[in-house]
This record gives sequence, C-alpha cells and structure tokens, in this order.
Amino acid sequence: MKVYETVIGLEVHVELATKSKIFCSCTTEFGGEPNTHCCPVCTGMPGTLPVLNKKVVEYAIAAGLATGCTITRRCKFDRKNYFYPDLPKAYQVSQLYLPICRNGGIEIEVDGVKKTIGIHEIHMEEDAGKLVHDPWDDCTLVDYNRCGVPLIEIVSEPDMRSSDEVIAYLDKLKLILQYLGVSDCKMQEGSLRVDINLSVRELGAKEYGTRTEMKNMNSFKAIARAIEGERKRQIELLEYGKPVVQETRRWDDNKDSSFAMRSKEDAQDYRYFPEPDLVPIEISDEWLEEIQKKQPELRDEKMLRYEKEYDIPEYDASIITGSKKLADIFEATVALCKKPKEVSNWLMVETMRLLKEFEMDPEEVQFSPKNLAKLIHLIDSNGINRTVAKEVFEKIFGEDIDPEKYVEEHGLKIVNDEGTLRSTIERIIKENPQSVEDYHAGKTKAMGFLVGQTMKEMKGKADPGMINKILLELL
Amino acid sequence: MDITSLTALELGKKIRSGEISVLEATKAQLEILKARDKEYHAYVTIFEEEALSRAKEVQSLIDTGELGDSPLAGVPVAIKDNICTKGNLTTCSSKILNNFKPPYNAEVIERLNRAGAVIIGKVNMDEFAMGSTTETSYYGPTLNPWNTAHVPGGSSGGAAAAVAAEEAFYALGSDTGGSIRQPSAFCGVTGIKPTYGTVSRYGLIAYASSLDQIGPIARDVSDCAAILEVISGHDGKDSTSIHSDNIKYTTALVDDVKGMKIGIPKGYIGKGLDSEVRDGVLKAAKVLESKGAIVEEFDLDIVDYAIPAYYVIASAEASSNLSRYDGVKYGYRTKDFDGLQDVYKKTRSEGFGMEVKRRMMIGAFVLSSGYYDAYYNKALKVKARIKEGFDKAFERYDIILGPTAPTTATRIGESLSDPLKMYLGDIYTVSVNLAGLPAISLPCGVDRNRLPIGLQLIGRPFGEADIIRAAYSYEQTREYARPDLR
Repeated sequence: MKVYETVIGLEVHVELATKSKIFCSCTTEFGGEPNTHCCPVCTGMPGTLPVLNKKVVEYAIAAGLATGCTITRRCKFDRKNYFYPDLPKAYQVSQLYLPICRNGGIEIEVDGVKKTIGIHEIHMEEDAGKLVHDPWDDCTLVDYNRCGVPLIEIVSEPDMRSSDEVIAYLDKLKLILQYLGVSDCKMQEGSLRVDINLSVRELGAKEYGTRTEMKNMNSFKAIARAIEGERKRQIELLEYGKPVVQETRRWDDNKDSSFAMRSKEDAQDYRYFPEPDLVPIEISDEWLEEIQKKQPELRDEKMLRYEKEYDIPEYDASIITGSKKLADIFEATVALCKKPKEVSNWLMVETMRLLKEFEMDPEEVQFSPKNLAKLIHLIDSNGINRTVAKEVFEKIFGEDIDPEKYVEEHGLKIVNDEGTLRSTIERIIKENPQSVEDYHAGKTKAMGFLVGQTMKEMKGKADPGMINKILLELL
Repeated sequence: MDITSLTALELGKKIRSGEISVLEATKAQLEILKARDKEYHAYVTIFEEEALSRAKEVQSLIDTGELGDSPLAGVPVAIKDNICTKGNLTTCSSKILNNFKPPYNAEVIERLNRAGAVIIGKVNMDEFAMGSTTETSYYGPTLNPWNTAHVPGGSSGGAAAAVAAEEAFYALGSDTGGSIRQPSAFCGVTGIKPTYGTVSRYGLIAYASSLDQIGPIARDVSDCAAILEVISGHDGKDSTSIHSDNIKYTTALVDDVKGMKIGIPKGYIGKGLDSEVRDGVLKAAKVLESKGAIVEEFDLDIVDYAIPAYYVIASAEASSNLSRYDGVKYGYRTKDFDGLQDVYKKTRSEGFGMEVKRRMMIGAFVLSSGYYDAYYNKALKVKARIKEGFDKAFERYDIILGPTAPTTATRIGESLSDPLKMYLGDIYTVSVNLAGLPAISLPCGVDRNRLPIGLQLIGRPFGEADIIRAAYSYEQTREYARPDLR
C-alpha cells in the first residue's frame, strides 16, 4: 500500500468583538429576537449606504500584526455578488483584490516539533443573516440580526499535514485573537467558523492532489474527526483508482461523515468588483503606530513574564496563560493580594477541579479577582482554615459571593477565643480517657483523634495550630 | 398675477413678505399640475393632502421666524421618483418597486425639509434612471411640454417637464450620465450636475453608485444656485460625500466673465452634431466672448471612448445594485412560484423592463470571470484617462463649453427602437460623470421646430461657482423662452 500525505489549509471566519456592525450602528450582540438588531443599512434597503466602522479596521490590523502579516496600506472593499435570501443586498462586501493583511505566519508545536504555518491573507467582510426553517408552517424565515456583523477571514497556506497540526494552529490562533480582544471565538455561537481545504497525495509527490472543502464543524473535536474522515475517504477513492472530485462537502457530526454540497461545476461566478460606495482605506504611519502601541502582551511573552516576575513554575504559567480569562484573573488577583503563588494554586488546583467537574471552558469562569483576593486574605490572617476556605471557594466559583460576608453570615470564622477552646478541649479529654491513655502510651494516632474530636466540636472553625498547642499543654 | 409662472426665488420672496401665503402657492401649484399633467404625465405620485398640511406647517414656521430667511421656504418642489421619501411611494418608475414606501428620507429630503420646502409629489423617470427619454418608465412616458410628439429627455424627464410646464417651481433630479442636463436641455430649463461627492447620495436609489449625483432642475440659474446651496454639504451617512467649505453658490451669481478662459472641445462641435444646435451653442459662446471671456477651441481627444466606458461601468454597477430586488423583502413579488429560484426568476422577469434587463445583462457579462479585465478593468482605465484629459484642459481653461446633447428633443418612439442611437445621444454628458465634474445645462435658444437647445458648461472639480457665474452672465442676455402651455 502506498503512503499518503495529507495537505490541509484552513479558512477561518472570525466574528469581531466590536459593539456595532461593520457598516451601521446596530448592535452585534448575539441572540435577540429575530430582526430586532437591524436597520435600513444592514438590511440593504434601496438608497442606503455603508459607512465603515473604524474599529473593524483596527481589529483586522491588530490580528495581522500579531500574526506577522504585512499590512496593506491602501486597501479596498469589493463586492461579492450572489443571490441568497440571507444576503439582503445580493452582494457581500468583502475584500478580494487588496486584502488588509498578507503573508504572515504562526508558529505551532506538535510533539516537541516546531513549525510555522503560513497565513496567506486576512480580509475584512460582513456576515450574512440566518435562515430559520419553521417546521410548523413548513416555511423558511429570515433573521437579519447577523447581517453586517464584522468578520475577518484568515486564510492559511496549505501548510498543515495532520489534524494535530490543525488543532495546534487553531488553538494558537484562537488564543491570539482572544488575547488581542478582537473576538471571543465562541464556536457554539458561530463567532469562530472553520472551513477545511484538504487533499492527499503520495508522500514525496510534488503536485498537490485535488482538494475538497469541508464546512459545518462546530467544535475542535468535530474538526479533528472531519479531517480523519475526509483523509480516509480520499485515500480510499485513490486506492480504488477513482478520482477525488473538487467540491464543497458538509460535515455531519452525528453521522460522523460528510456529504457533497456542490461541485466545482456549480461553482458560482461571484463577479467581484470594487465596492463603489466605500472609499479606499488609507492606513497612515501614525494610525499603524497607534495600533501597534496598543497591542497587548500575547501569550508567549506573558508566560515568560509570569515565570520571572511572579516566580511561578513554567507549567503553572503555561496552564494559566492557556486561557486569556484565567490570565486576566490571575493578574488582577495578584495585583490585589500580592501573593502570586497562592493565586496560582487556587487557579491550578481548585479552579481546574471545578471546571472539570462542571465540564466548563476556562473562558466561562465568572468569579471576580476581588473575591479570590479576599479569600486569600482571610486564610492569611487566620480568619478561616483551609477546609472552610475550599468550601467558600466553591461558592465564589459558582456564585461569585463575597467571602467575607459569607464567612460572617455562616459563622465560619476561626474561633480565636482561647478560653472557649480550652474548655472544649478539657471536656474532650475528660470524655476520652482511653485516648489520653493511648497517647501517654506513645500512640501518636490518639493525638490526631483528639484534635479531630475538638475540631468537630468546634464545627471546623478552630485554628488547628492552636488546638495542638493547648492539647499538648493539657496532656 | 400667475403664481406658478414665478421662479422659486421670486415666490420665496413673496412668501416671506407675506404677499402670497404658502397654502395659496401650494394650492395654485396643485391645481395647475392636476390639470396639465393629464397631458404631460410628469408625475408618478401627487402628495396632495400632505402638501396642503405641510404648507400650513411651513407657514407657521415662517410666521414664528423659525425658518429665518430661508429663500426656498414655502416653495413647492417635485422630487424624482428614485429619491426616498419617508412613508411615501418611491418606485424608480419600475414595476418591481410599485409598492415600495421607504421608512426613511433621503438626506436631500431632510435638507429640503429644514429649508421649509413643500414636497408636492414624485416625478417620472426612465426605469431606474436607465434611459434618455423617460419612455422606459413602467408608468408610461412623460411628454415634452414644448411639443407633445417629442420626448422630454431622460432620465429625469418628469422633473424637467414639470418645471417647464410650470407643474413645479423646481425639482430634484439625478444625473448618472446626463440625466439632469439632457432633459433640462430638451425641456428648455436649467439643471446642474454637481461635482461627485457634493450632494449626499444617501437615499438616492442607486443606478451606478460611482457616477450618480443628485442636482437641481429649475427655471433659471439663480434658482439652481440657491437649491444647490441647500442640498449640498458633507453627510456622514455617505462615505463618498466630500468635506468642502466652498458651497456658497449664490455668491457666484455675478454678471461678469471678464478674463474667464473658456475652451470648446473641437470634438464637441464637429461630426454628429445637429447644425442648429451647433449654431445655438456657438452663438452663446460669442455672447460670452463679447462680455469679456476668452474663448478658444481645443482638442479633447478622449471623447470617443467615453460612451463605451460609461456603459460598461454603469451597467456593471447597476447589475450589482439592482440584484437586491428579488421579491423576498419588499416590492413586487410574482404570484405563482415553485421554490426560491423560481421566485427570483419570475419576480425579476416580470418586475423589470427591457432596458433595465439589457443593462443588467451587460453588467453581469462584463464582470464575469474571464471578461473582467477585457471590459470592466479597461473601462476603469479609460475613466482615469478621461479624468486626466480634463485635468489637463483645466490647466488652460476655467470652464469647458459645448452642447448638452447632439440634437433637440427626439420624437416619441424614435430612440427606443435603436438603443445604440440612444446611447450615442449621451456623448457630451457621460464623460463629465466619468471625471466626476460639475456641469450645468441651460437653454440657448430654440430650433426651427421651436424645441429648446441646451448649452452645457463644464467646470473643474468643485468649480460650480465658475459655471454658475458664466451661466448667469449668459442668462442676463437672453429672454426666458417658455413653451406654449394651452
């Protein structure tokens, strides 16, 4: 059997996190009743005209700079013409001839091997609306809320050779975009959409094989499965001497297979031409510099800084910076409590445990740094012990409660009143003569039992150090 | 006194002085237009009730001083039917928009409203502004008030005819390849196509976005200058709108052309030009010369390429701009259909007229892959060359003078049978749009059939003041000729 190589390039559509749409002032908020986030401009009513949202250009430039692209200093929009009910103007404003960013790349690492995946271009465009099928009336309705939501399309070179490389590329890309704040990259809300261009060829062959384009994967796992499935399908075809047909295929994750949507023969002629309603975008040195200056610290730099500045292990730094949200919480909490190691521990151990338990993504973490800092302060000042602290943290994680109030209201404060503790211990000693005897006979376990009994009596609110001290004294 | 024979500024003055009330003027206008329009068919929609209640409103704004000394306050105006009027039919004279009421006003309508205008209705046009005769209107042709066997020109034929027939004091038209100037010439009225970017296109239903401009059609140069002053200025809703402080056009109404350098392109007065039109235009040039202007002929060798370049670019943009009329969201939708493709096909087949279909087909063709470079890209290069040619000419001349159209108004039915001939009628106007320049058309006499001849003056970018001054100076020397209105 021949040995095949898989060649993969990606087209990644990313919804930008601007407050308003690309050509009008409508909100970009996800959800909302159908057709409530639109106006004459984004629904393409006759006579209306687009006005470019500058923020979109800035976000696109930021993404380009972070991925090593060359910025096109005079770029233009073009019209892509096609008929579909979700596209009210019957053309999409996009960029064909002069995309805003070109010739970049991202370094990935798979199994210890580093590799750069080229970025062919990044261009700006508007999103289309959504068709909703109403099974009750058996009709199709259109929701224009998404019309005009700004997108960037990041087109990679065909540099990836496996699903592992693809996932590594996407992980890295997603993190860059999240760190830049240009997108929340939520696949389930459609703000990150990936099309896979895949072909196979015999290892060592110079020419690329015929490629197919795969759409409709809604998770990274589905992407990996779709790649494996399509790779196998194409190899099988070739093994049986059949040609691979250039076509667009739709992935069905439930069936774990894909089907052809349209072949190259039905490919539309989009009749691109320069959008006459918008003027070319001139990107001045000053503007570019301004955006460059505002570029936030990205993950790699952040990791190094954490190790150096906060003296936390590389492993911790990599886990924490692996999510923009966690890194933000980490830094904000450290700024409040000045205890990086403590903060790191709470994130690495308890937060991770709870995320796993609730099957959540780190980006979904909701609690505020202020409350974690307060919790750490409570422990430090001997206000609560560690067992209570874990219980309180679960509440912070779940409901972002104020730990000080919570501890107060639930009477969880460590009892520092030595008199109460002493009298409790005296009673425990009296009630457990056997254990006292065992202790004096040298059985250390007995000591632990007595501490435990005392703690139980104190409902967990005693300082274990103090219990030990008094016990030893009385015994 | 015959109210409707006044110019817009004359009426405005009488309204401000209290001599004529806004309601009086509006009623007089409505009465005349309802009577005459049976014959000329300049209007598509008449806003009778609204105009009357608006007249009362404007009167009280004038009385309380809120409109200041706005020269057009209270003067009734007609609007070409491709300019959006909130809540009122805006059809582009097409079946496909036969029920379309935009939920917004065009920016020019907002500006007119602030100036106290009273809109009396929407006027006829070639369907989607495609045509030079107003015969392609779905609602039937408009007839030329000078001679009803002739066309009023187009595409703003309804606007020009309404002004000529005294069915409107003034009108707003739009000009993509001559659509203000040519009907102005055919109907013996005055119209300005401003520099591209001077007047906001927001709310103008697009034909060819890179060429379309809204402008005034009125009875004389002074009216045009005053109207243009009201409607021009930067608009944040139109990205191609220009920031310019130079929009005081009425100050250019000065009878003085001493030392003004005027060039006449030889190609504009040579082959293909009707001899009576040539005589009229050259006589006008002589008048300006006698008033102290320096007039000479020169070569502007770019004229020949203007028509094909124009039809390629305009059709390409139109094919894209008009794709949104698909029967899904608004406008006409076919009655019986089987699935989505069928809705598109039947709606568009039934909703658009011949000329619009022809241009959309040309446009789709020139943009299609494999032909883009040969047609569209080449046309863009020609456009750039034409602009260069004019730039060079304007190094030597302040304005360029020539005819507006090669003939006076053609007979009804003549052009439609030969579209290529109709396209050639745009020879003197389209290059102005391709170069984005301002130009004015004003009457310079009549031919032996008593049909008006149009004189065209072209200015450098934002040189509206130059052409207004020259036109005004010329206008002082001639009587305003009127059609015989029953």
